Amino acid sequence: MEGETPNFRDPILAKRVAEQIQSIAPPFSVKICHVCGTHEDTITRFGLRSLLPERVDVIAGPGCPVCVVPSAEIDEALFLAQKGVTIVTFGDMLRVPGSTMALQDARASGGDVRIVYSPRDAVKMAKQEQGKDFVFFAIGFETTAPATALEILNGPPKNLSFLISHRLIPPVMELLLGLGDLHIDGFIAPGHVSTIIGMRPYEIFATAYRMPTVIAGFEPLDVLFAVSMLLKQIREREARLENEYTRSVTWGGNTKAQGLIWKVFDVVSGPWRGIGRVPNSTLKLKEEFLDYDARKRYEIKTEPSRDLLPGCSCHLVLIGRIRPPECKLYGKVCTPASPRGPCMVSSEGTCRIWYKYNGKRKF
Amino acid sequence: MQETRLIAFHLKDLAWEWLETDLCKWFLHMGKMEMCLAIPAEVKEINGDTARVDFGGGVLRDVNISLVDVQVGEYVLVHVGYAIQVIDRKAAQETLQLWREILQAEPSSL
Repeated sequence: MEGETPNFRDPILAKRVAEQIQSIAPPFSVKICHVCGTHEDTITRFGLRSLLPERVDVIAGPGCPVCVVPSAEIDEALFLAQKGVTIVTFGDMLRVPGSTMALQDARASGGDVRIVYSPRDAVKMAKQEQGKDFVFFAIGFETTAPATALEILNGPPKNLSFLISHRLIPPVMELLLGLGDLHIDGFIAPGHVSTIIGMRPYEIFATAYRMPTVIAGFEPLDVLFAVSMLLKQIREREARLENEYTRSVTWGGNTKAQGLIWKVFDVVSGPWRGIGRVPNSTLKLKEEFLDYDARKRYEIKTEPSRDLLPGCSCHLVLIGRIRPPECKLYGKVCTPASPRGPCMVSSEGTCRIWYKYNGKRKF
Repeated sequence: MQETRLIAFHLKDLAWEWLETDLCKWFLHMGKMEMCLAIPAEVKEINGDTARVDFGGGVLRDVNISLVDVQVGEYVLVHVGYAIQVIDRKAAQETLQLWREILQAEPSSL
Protein backbone atom coordinates (compact mmCIF):
# COMPACT_ATOMS: atom_id res chain seq x y z
CA MET A 1 0.00 0.00 0.00
CA GLU A 2 2.80 2.35 1.00
CA GLY A 3 4.36 4.00 -2.05
CA GLU A 4 1.87 2.33 -4.40
CA THR A 5 0.84 4.70 -7.18
CA PRO A 6 -2.75 5.74 -6.48
CA ASN A 7 -4.89 4.36 -9.31
CA PHE A 8 -7.95 6.44 -10.08
CA ARG A 9 -8.86 4.12 -12.95
CA ASP A 10 -9.21 0.94 -10.91
CA PRO A 11 -12.02 -0.91 -12.71
CA ILE A 12 -12.95 -3.02 -9.70
CA LEU A 13 -13.49 0.03 -7.57
CA ALA A 14 -15.35 1.65 -10.46
CA LYS A 15 -17.69 -1.32 -10.62
CA ARG A 16 -18.40 -0.98 -6.91
CA VAL A 17 -19.07 2.75 -7.15
CA ALA A 18 -21.34 2.22 -10.15
CA GLU A 19 -23.33 -0.38 -8.21
CA GLN A 20 -23.58 1.93 -5.23
CA ILE A 21 -24.78 4.75 -7.49
CA GLN A 22 -27.50 2.48 -8.88
CA SER A 23 -28.79 1.84 -5.39
CA ILE A 24 -28.50 5.28 -3.82
CA ALA A 25 -29.85 7.29 -6.73
CA PRO A 26 -33.14 8.82 -5.55
CA PRO A 27 -36.33 7.56 -7.20
CA PHE A 28 -36.85 10.79 -9.14
CA SER A 29 -35.02 12.45 -12.07
CA VAL A 30 -31.79 14.15 -11.20
CA LYS A 31 -29.84 16.57 -13.34
CA ILE A 32 -26.18 17.11 -12.51
CA CYS A 33 -24.24 19.85 -14.26
CA HIS A 34 -20.49 20.11 -14.68
CA VAL A 35 -18.65 23.11 -16.12
CA CYS A 36 -15.44 21.69 -17.44
CA GLY A 37 -14.42 20.37 -20.84
CA THR A 38 -11.99 17.97 -19.25
CA HIS A 39 -14.80 16.50 -17.14
CA GLU A 40 -16.88 16.01 -20.29
CA ASP A 41 -13.90 14.34 -21.88
CA THR A 42 -13.51 11.86 -19.01
CA ILE A 43 -17.25 11.21 -18.87
CA THR A 44 -17.56 10.59 -22.60
CA ARG A 45 -14.29 8.75 -23.06
CA PHE A 46 -14.96 6.25 -20.31
CA GLY A 47 -18.67 5.93 -21.06
CA LEU A 48 -19.58 7.00 -17.54
CA ARG A 49 -23.13 8.04 -18.48
CA SER A 50 -23.86 4.42 -19.40
CA LEU A 51 -22.99 3.38 -15.85
CA LEU A 52 -25.61 5.69 -14.33
CA PRO A 53 -29.33 4.98 -14.00
CA GLU A 54 -31.30 6.61 -16.80
CA ARG A 55 -32.99 9.04 -14.46
CA VAL A 56 -29.60 10.57 -13.57
CA ASP A 57 -28.57 13.02 -16.28
CA VAL A 58 -25.17 14.67 -16.40
CA ILE A 59 -25.10 17.79 -18.56
CA ALA A 60 -22.15 19.83 -19.77
CA GLY A 61 -22.09 23.53 -18.96
CA PRO A 62 -19.83 26.16 -20.55
CA GLY A 63 -16.53 24.72 -19.40
CA CYS A 64 -14.64 25.39 -22.60
CA PRO A 65 -12.52 28.54 -22.35
CA VAL A 66 -11.95 28.68 -26.11
CA CYS A 67 -15.64 28.15 -26.97
CA VAL A 68 -16.82 31.12 -24.89
CA VAL A 69 -14.53 33.74 -26.40
CA PRO A 70 -16.94 36.08 -28.21
CA SER A 71 -16.62 36.39 -31.98
CA ALA A 72 -15.99 40.09 -31.47
CA GLU A 73 -12.74 39.33 -29.65
CA ILE A 74 -11.57 36.94 -32.35
CA ASP A 75 -12.41 39.69 -34.83
CA GLU A 76 -10.20 42.04 -32.78
CA ALA A 77 -7.29 39.60 -33.07
CA LEU A 78 -7.94 39.24 -36.80
CA PHE A 79 -7.91 43.02 -37.22
CA LEU A 80 -4.51 43.16 -35.57
CA ALA A 81 -3.17 40.27 -37.62
CA GLN A 82 -4.23 42.03 -40.78
CA LYS A 83 -2.44 45.19 -39.58
CA GLY A 84 0.84 43.30 -39.37
CA VAL A 85 0.84 42.52 -35.67
CA THR A 86 2.00 39.01 -34.80
CA ILE A 87 -0.74 37.24 -32.89
CA VAL A 88 0.37 34.58 -30.44
CA THR A 89 -2.14 32.26 -28.78
CA PHE A 90 -2.97 28.72 -27.70
CA GLY A 91 -3.42 26.09 -30.39
CA ASP A 92 -7.19 25.66 -30.21
CA MET A 93 -7.83 29.35 -30.88
CA LEU A 94 -6.44 29.18 -34.38
CA ARG A 95 -9.36 27.32 -35.89
CA VAL A 96 -12.27 28.94 -34.09
CA PRO A 97 -14.25 31.09 -36.51
CA GLY A 98 -14.94 34.68 -35.58
CA SER A 99 -17.75 36.43 -37.41
CA THR A 100 -16.37 35.49 -40.80
CA MET A 101 -13.11 33.65 -40.47
CA ALA A 102 -10.62 32.06 -38.07
CA LEU A 103 -7.13 33.24 -37.11
CA GLN A 104 -5.54 30.55 -39.22
CA ASP A 105 -7.24 32.05 -42.27
CA ALA A 106 -5.39 35.29 -41.61
CA ARG A 107 -2.20 33.42 -42.42
CA ALA A 108 -3.42 32.90 -45.96
CA SER A 109 -3.41 36.67 -46.49
CA GLY A 110 0.04 37.12 -44.99
CA GLY A 111 -0.93 37.45 -41.32
CA ASP A 112 1.55 36.15 -38.76
CA VAL A 113 -0.31 33.97 -36.27
CA ARG A 114 1.65 31.64 -34.00
CA ILE A 115 0.81 28.94 -31.51
CA VAL A 116 2.42 28.70 -28.10
CA TYR A 117 1.99 26.29 -25.24
CA SER A 118 2.73 28.88 -22.56
CA PRO A 119 2.46 32.68 -22.14
CA ARG A 120 6.17 32.54 -21.32
CA ASP A 121 6.84 31.43 -24.89
CA ALA A 122 5.13 34.59 -26.14
CA VAL A 123 7.47 36.65 -23.98
CA LYS A 124 10.50 34.78 -25.29
CA MET A 125 9.39 35.28 -28.88
CA ALA A 126 8.90 39.00 -28.43
CA LYS A 127 12.34 39.32 -26.83
CA GLN A 128 13.97 37.42 -29.67
CA GLU A 129 12.26 39.39 -32.43
CA GLN A 130 12.53 43.01 -31.35
CA GLY A 131 11.59 44.36 -34.76
CA LYS A 132 8.07 42.90 -34.62
CA ASP A 133 4.99 43.81 -32.63
CA PHE A 134 3.42 40.94 -30.73
CA VAL A 135 0.04 40.48 -29.10
CA PHE A 136 -0.66 37.53 -26.83
CA PHE A 137 -4.32 36.53 -27.06
CA ALA A 138 -4.79 35.46 -23.43
CA ILE A 139 -7.68 33.06 -23.02
CA GLY A 140 -8.55 30.64 -20.25
CA PHE A 141 -10.28 30.45 -16.89
CA GLU A 142 -8.82 30.89 -13.42
CA THR A 143 -6.39 28.05 -14.07
CA THR A 144 -4.62 30.02 -16.78
CA ALA A 145 -5.05 33.63 -15.63
CA PRO A 146 -2.21 33.41 -13.04
CA ALA A 147 0.25 32.55 -15.81
CA THR A 148 -0.73 35.64 -17.79
CA ALA A 149 -0.59 37.72 -14.61
CA LEU A 150 2.88 36.45 -13.79
CA GLU A 151 4.24 37.38 -17.20
CA ILE A 152 2.76 40.87 -16.97
CA LEU A 153 4.20 41.39 -13.50
CA ASN A 154 7.61 40.28 -14.69
CA GLY A 155 7.65 43.24 -17.07
CA PRO A 156 7.19 41.99 -20.62
CA PRO A 157 9.24 43.44 -23.49
CA LYS A 158 7.89 46.68 -24.93
CA ASN A 159 6.96 45.06 -28.24
CA LEU A 160 4.48 42.72 -26.53
CA SER A 161 0.94 43.53 -25.43
CA PHE A 162 -1.99 41.40 -24.28
CA LEU A 163 -5.49 40.87 -25.63
CA ILE A 164 -7.14 39.71 -22.41
CA SER A 165 -9.95 37.19 -22.68
CA HIS A 166 -9.93 35.43 -19.31
CA ARG A 167 -13.18 34.36 -17.72
CA LEU A 168 -14.30 33.14 -14.30
CA ILE A 169 -16.27 29.99 -13.59
CA PRO A 170 -18.35 30.56 -10.43
CA PRO A 171 -20.21 33.53 -12.02
CA VAL A 172 -21.32 31.43 -14.98
CA MET A 173 -22.44 28.69 -12.62
CA GLU A 174 -24.61 31.34 -10.95
CA LEU A 175 -26.01 32.33 -14.31
CA LEU A 176 -26.96 28.72 -15.02
CA LEU A 177 -28.88 28.62 -11.76
CA GLY A 178 -30.67 31.77 -12.83
CA LEU A 179 -31.97 29.96 -15.91
CA GLY A 180 -34.91 28.56 -14.03
CA ASP A 181 -35.86 26.04 -16.67
CA LEU A 182 -32.55 24.16 -16.58
CA HIS A 183 -33.59 22.41 -13.34
CA ILE A 184 -30.11 21.65 -12.10
CA ASP A 185 -30.03 19.51 -8.95
CA GLY A 186 -26.31 19.54 -8.30
CA PHE A 187 -22.95 20.78 -9.58
CA ILE A 188 -19.72 19.00 -10.28
CA ALA A 189 -17.25 21.84 -9.87
CA PRO A 190 -14.09 21.90 -12.00
CA GLY A 191 -10.91 20.42 -10.59
CA HIS A 192 -8.16 22.67 -11.81
CA VAL A 193 -10.01 25.96 -11.60
CA SER A 194 -10.63 24.89 -7.99
CA THR A 195 -6.96 24.08 -7.49
CA ILE A 196 -6.42 27.80 -7.96
CA ILE A 197 -9.54 29.34 -6.36
CA GLY A 198 -10.09 26.78 -3.60
CA MET A 199 -13.45 25.80 -2.20
CA ARG A 200 -14.62 29.10 -0.81
CA PRO A 201 -16.07 30.68 -3.99
CA TYR A 202 -18.53 27.79 -4.25
CA GLU A 203 -19.90 28.20 -0.71
CA ILE A 204 -22.60 30.47 -2.05
CA PHE A 205 -24.11 27.60 -4.01
CA ALA A 206 -24.59 25.42 -0.97
CA THR A 207 -25.74 28.20 1.35
CA ALA A 208 -27.62 30.78 -0.72
CA TYR A 209 -28.81 28.53 -3.54
CA ARG A 210 -29.16 25.25 -1.65
CA MET A 211 -27.36 23.55 -4.50
CA PRO A 212 -25.29 20.44 -3.74
CA THR A 213 -21.80 21.00 -5.09
CA VAL A 214 -18.86 18.61 -5.28
CA ILE A 215 -15.42 19.52 -6.59
CA ALA A 216 -14.06 16.61 -8.63
CA GLY A 217 -10.80 15.49 -10.19
CA PHE A 218 -10.47 14.26 -13.74
CA GLU A 219 -9.96 10.54 -13.52
CA PRO A 220 -13.02 8.31 -14.05
CA LEU A 221 -13.11 7.36 -10.38
CA ASP A 222 -13.03 11.01 -9.37
CA VAL A 223 -16.14 11.68 -11.42
CA LEU A 224 -17.93 8.57 -10.18
CA PHE A 225 -17.11 9.42 -6.56
CA ALA A 226 -18.44 12.94 -7.11
CA VAL A 227 -21.67 11.68 -8.67
CA SER A 228 -22.12 9.32 -5.73
CA MET A 229 -21.51 12.13 -3.24
CA LEU A 230 -24.02 14.37 -5.02
CA LEU A 231 -26.70 11.68 -5.22
CA LYS A 232 -26.32 10.98 -1.53
CA GLN A 233 -26.88 14.67 -0.76
CA ILE A 234 -29.81 14.94 -3.13
CA ARG A 235 -31.43 11.80 -1.75
CA GLU A 236 -31.11 13.13 1.78
CA ARG A 237 -32.31 16.62 0.74
CA GLU A 238 -29.01 18.17 1.79
CA ALA A 239 -27.09 20.97 0.13
CA ARG A 240 -23.41 21.00 0.99
CA LEU A 241 -20.13 21.88 -0.61
CA GLU A 242 -17.80 18.88 -0.70
CA ASN A 243 -14.35 18.25 -2.10
CA GLU A 244 -13.59 14.97 -3.87
CA TYR A 245 -10.31 16.25 -5.28
CA THR A 246 -8.49 16.52 -1.96
CA ARG A 247 -5.11 15.70 -3.51
CA SER A 248 -5.13 19.00 -5.43
CA VAL A 249 -7.82 21.25 -4.01
CA THR A 250 -7.67 22.86 -0.58
CA TRP A 251 -10.09 25.17 1.17
CA GLY A 252 -8.10 28.30 0.34
CA GLY A 253 -6.71 27.11 -2.98
CA ASN A 254 -3.45 28.46 -4.36
CA THR A 255 -3.27 31.82 -2.62
CA LYS A 256 -0.07 32.83 -4.41
CA ALA A 257 -1.75 32.35 -7.78
CA GLN A 258 -4.89 34.17 -6.63
CA GLY A 259 -2.78 37.05 -5.37
CA LEU A 260 -1.22 37.43 -8.79
CA ILE A 261 -4.61 37.53 -10.50
CA TRP A 262 -5.88 40.26 -8.19
CA LYS A 263 -2.69 42.27 -8.51
CA VAL A 264 -3.01 42.48 -12.27
CA PHE A 265 -6.72 42.24 -13.07
CA ASP A 266 -10.06 43.76 -12.16
CA VAL A 267 -13.31 41.84 -12.53
CA VAL A 268 -15.94 43.24 -14.87
CA SER A 269 -19.09 41.96 -16.46
CA GLY A 270 -18.64 40.78 -20.00
CA PRO A 271 -20.02 38.68 -22.82
CA TRP A 272 -19.52 34.96 -23.24
CA ARG A 273 -19.98 33.60 -26.74
CA GLY A 274 -23.46 32.23 -27.25
CA ILE A 275 -24.47 33.13 -23.70
CA GLY A 276 -24.43 36.90 -23.55
CA ARG A 277 -23.50 39.10 -20.63
CA VAL A 278 -22.37 37.24 -17.53
CA PRO A 279 -22.08 39.53 -14.49
CA ASN A 280 -18.64 39.87 -12.86
CA SER A 281 -17.15 37.15 -14.98
CA THR A 282 -14.34 38.60 -17.08
CA LEU A 283 -10.92 39.95 -16.27
CA LYS A 284 -9.66 43.35 -17.35
CA LEU A 285 -6.17 44.75 -16.87
CA LYS A 286 -5.80 47.17 -13.96
CA GLU A 287 -5.03 50.83 -14.62
CA GLU A 288 -1.29 50.49 -13.95
CA PHE A 289 -0.91 47.75 -16.55
CA LEU A 290 -2.91 49.37 -19.35
CA ASP A 291 0.34 50.02 -21.24
CA TYR A 292 0.28 46.31 -21.97
CA ASP A 293 -3.36 46.23 -23.01
CA ALA A 294 -3.58 45.60 -26.74
CA ARG A 295 -6.95 47.34 -26.82
CA LYS A 296 -5.29 50.51 -25.52
CA ARG A 297 -2.15 50.24 -27.60
CA TYR A 298 -3.95 49.78 -30.88
CA GLU A 299 -7.08 51.38 -32.22
CA ILE A 300 -8.99 48.26 -33.05
CA LYS A 301 -11.93 48.64 -35.43
CA THR A 302 -14.26 45.79 -36.05
CA GLU A 303 -17.63 45.29 -37.72
CA PRO A 304 -20.64 44.22 -35.67
CA SER A 305 -20.01 40.60 -34.82
CA ARG A 306 -22.09 37.47 -34.81
CA ASP A 307 -21.37 34.65 -32.41
CA LEU A 308 -23.06 31.86 -34.30
CA LEU A 309 -23.14 30.81 -37.92
CA PRO A 310 -26.62 29.93 -39.26
CA GLY A 311 -27.78 26.58 -37.97
CA CYS A 312 -25.11 26.34 -35.27
CA SER A 313 -26.54 25.39 -31.87
CA CYS A 314 -23.43 26.04 -29.78
CA HIS A 315 -25.41 28.42 -27.58
CA LEU A 316 -27.65 25.50 -26.57
CA VAL A 317 -24.83 22.98 -26.22
CA LEU A 318 -22.80 25.38 -24.07
CA ILE A 319 -25.45 25.55 -21.37
CA GLY A 320 -26.35 21.89 -21.55
CA ARG A 321 -29.77 22.45 -23.06
CA ILE A 322 -29.12 20.00 -25.86
CA ARG A 323 -26.64 17.23 -26.51
CA PRO A 324 -24.41 17.54 -29.59
CA PRO A 325 -26.30 15.00 -31.72
CA GLU A 326 -29.43 17.11 -31.24
CA CYS A 327 -27.83 19.88 -33.28
CA LYS A 328 -28.91 19.67 -36.90
CA LEU A 329 -25.39 20.27 -38.15
CA TYR A 330 -23.59 17.78 -35.91
CA GLY A 331 -21.76 15.07 -37.80
CA LYS A 332 -23.15 16.24 -41.10
CA VAL A 333 -22.03 19.73 -41.99
CA CYS A 334 -20.13 20.22 -38.75
CA THR A 335 -17.24 17.90 -37.98
CA PRO A 336 -13.77 18.44 -36.50
CA ALA A 337 -12.40 18.64 -40.04
CA SER A 338 -14.91 21.33 -41.01
CA PRO A 339 -16.28 22.91 -37.81
CA ARG A 340 -19.16 25.37 -37.94
CA GLY A 341 -18.86 26.53 -34.37
CA PRO A 342 -16.42 26.69 -31.47
CA CYS A 343 -17.89 23.64 -29.70
CA MET A 344 -16.57 21.45 -32.50
CA VAL A 345 -13.16 23.12 -32.68
CA SER A 346 -11.81 23.09 -29.19
CA SER A 347 -10.55 19.94 -27.52
CA GLU A 348 -12.71 21.01 -24.58
CA GLY A 349 -15.78 21.66 -26.71
CA THR A 350 -18.67 19.31 -26.00
CA CYS A 351 -19.33 18.58 -29.68
CA ARG A 352 -15.68 17.87 -30.41
CA ILE A 353 -15.49 15.53 -27.45
CA TRP A 354 -18.63 13.65 -28.45
CA TYR A 355 -17.46 13.35 -32.00
CA LYS A 356 -14.01 12.16 -30.94
CA TYR A 357 -15.36 9.25 -28.95
CA ASN A 358 -18.73 8.54 -30.54
CA GLY A 359 -18.45 9.74 -34.10
CA LYS A 360 -21.72 10.35 -35.82
CA ARG A 361 -23.62 7.90 -33.65
CA LYS A 362 -26.98 9.25 -32.50
CA PHE A 363 -28.23 8.80 -28.96
CA MET B 1 -25.46 -6.36 -18.84
CA GLN B 2 -23.70 -4.32 -16.26
CA GLU B 3 -20.78 -6.76 -16.32
CA THR B 4 -20.41 -6.44 -20.07
CA ARG B 5 -20.45 -2.68 -19.86
CA LEU B 6 -17.80 -2.67 -17.20
CA ILE B 7 -15.59 -5.12 -19.03
CA ALA B 8 -15.96 -2.97 -22.11
CA PHE B 9 -15.11 0.07 -20.01
CA HIS B 10 -12.00 -1.68 -18.75
CA LEU B 11 -10.83 -2.77 -22.17
CA LYS B 12 -11.67 0.54 -23.78
CA ASP B 13 -9.88 2.20 -20.92
CA LEU B 14 -6.74 0.14 -21.49
CA ALA B 15 -6.76 0.81 -25.21
CA TRP B 16 -7.34 4.49 -24.75
CA GLU B 17 -4.83 4.75 -21.98
CA TRP B 18 -2.17 3.35 -24.23
CA LEU B 19 -3.16 5.56 -27.12
CA GLU B 20 -3.78 8.70 -25.13
CA THR B 21 -0.64 8.41 -23.03
CA ASP B 22 1.48 7.99 -26.10
CA LEU B 23 -0.28 10.84 -27.88
CA CYS B 24 0.06 13.03 -24.82
CA LYS B 25 3.75 12.31 -24.66
CA TRP B 26 4.19 12.85 -28.37
CA PHE B 27 2.46 16.20 -28.11
CA LEU B 28 4.64 17.19 -25.19
CA HIS B 29 7.69 16.10 -27.12
CA MET B 30 6.65 18.16 -30.11
CA GLY B 31 5.91 21.13 -27.85
CA LYS B 32 2.34 21.19 -29.06
CA MET B 33 0.55 20.28 -25.86
CA GLU B 34 -3.00 21.56 -25.82
CA MET B 35 -3.65 24.06 -23.12
CA CYS B 36 -6.57 22.47 -21.38
CA LEU B 37 -5.06 19.76 -19.27
CA ALA B 38 -3.08 20.02 -16.13
CA ILE B 39 -0.75 17.04 -15.98
CA PRO B 40 1.08 15.60 -12.98
CA ALA B 41 4.86 15.49 -13.11
CA GLU B 42 7.67 14.65 -10.69
CA VAL B 43 10.09 17.40 -9.78
CA LYS B 44 13.62 16.25 -10.57
CA GLU B 45 15.69 19.43 -10.24
CA ILE B 46 15.09 22.98 -9.08
CA ASN B 47 16.89 26.08 -10.37
CA GLY B 48 15.39 29.18 -8.79
CA ASP B 49 11.95 29.72 -10.33
CA THR B 50 12.27 26.84 -12.74
CA ALA B 51 12.11 23.11 -12.18
CA ARG B 52 12.93 20.22 -14.45
CA VAL B 53 10.00 17.83 -14.19
CA ASP B 54 9.36 14.30 -15.40
CA PHE B 55 5.97 13.54 -16.95
CA GLY B 56 6.83 9.87 -17.17
CA GLY B 57 8.12 7.88 -20.10
CA GLY B 58 11.24 9.99 -20.34
CA VAL B 59 9.40 13.22 -21.08
CA LEU B 60 11.25 15.97 -19.24
CA ARG B 61 10.32 19.63 -19.30
CA ASP B 62 11.28 22.85 -17.59
CA VAL B 63 8.34 24.47 -15.83
CA ASN B 64 7.90 27.63 -13.83
CA ILE B 65 7.39 26.99 -10.12
CA SER B 66 6.73 30.57 -8.89
CA LEU B 67 3.15 29.63 -8.05
CA VAL B 68 4.02 26.77 -5.68
CA ASP B 69 6.32 25.81 -2.83
CA VAL B 70 7.78 22.49 -3.85
CA GLN B 71 10.72 20.17 -3.25
CA VAL B 72 12.53 17.68 -5.42
CA GLY B 73 10.71 14.36 -5.42
CA GLU B 74 7.27 15.87 -5.02
CA TYR B 75 4.65 15.81 -7.77
CA VAL B 76 3.15 18.94 -9.29
CA LEU B 77 0.22 19.67 -11.56
CA VAL B 78 1.49 21.48 -14.64
CA HIS B 79 -0.70 23.79 -16.72
CA VAL B 80 0.58 25.83 -19.69
CA GLY B 81 4.17 25.53 -18.45
CA TYR B 82 3.53 26.45 -14.81
CA ALA B 83 3.21 24.25 -11.76
CA ILE B 84 -0.14 25.22 -10.22
CA GLN B 85 -0.24 22.86 -7.25
CA VAL B 86 1.77 20.29 -5.37
CA ILE B 87 -0.11 17.00 -5.48
CA ASP B 88 -0.76 15.53 -2.08
CA ARG B 89 -0.07 11.85 -2.67
CA LYS B 90 -1.14 10.93 0.83
CA ALA B 91 -4.53 12.54 0.18
CA ALA B 92 -4.77 10.57 -3.05
CA GLN B 93 -4.16 7.30 -1.26
CA GLU B 94 -6.59 8.26 1.50
CA THR B 95 -9.34 9.06 -1.00
CA LEU B 96 -9.04 5.64 -2.60
CA GLN B 97 -8.73 3.85 0.74
CA LEU B 98 -11.81 5.65 2.10
CA TRP B 99 -13.92 4.63 -0.86
CA ARG B 100 -12.71 1.05 -0.69
CA GLU B 101 -13.84 0.97 2.93
CA ILE B 102 -17.19 2.63 2.24
CA LEU B 103 -18.00 0.28 -0.59
CA GLN B 104 -16.92 -2.86 1.19
CA ALA B 105 -19.07 -1.80 4.13
CA GLU B 106 -22.13 -1.51 1.87
CA PRO B 107 -24.36 -4.58 2.11
CA SER B 108 -24.32 -6.44 -1.19
CA SER B 109 -28.05 -5.99 -1.74
CA LEU B 110 -29.07 -2.40 -1.05
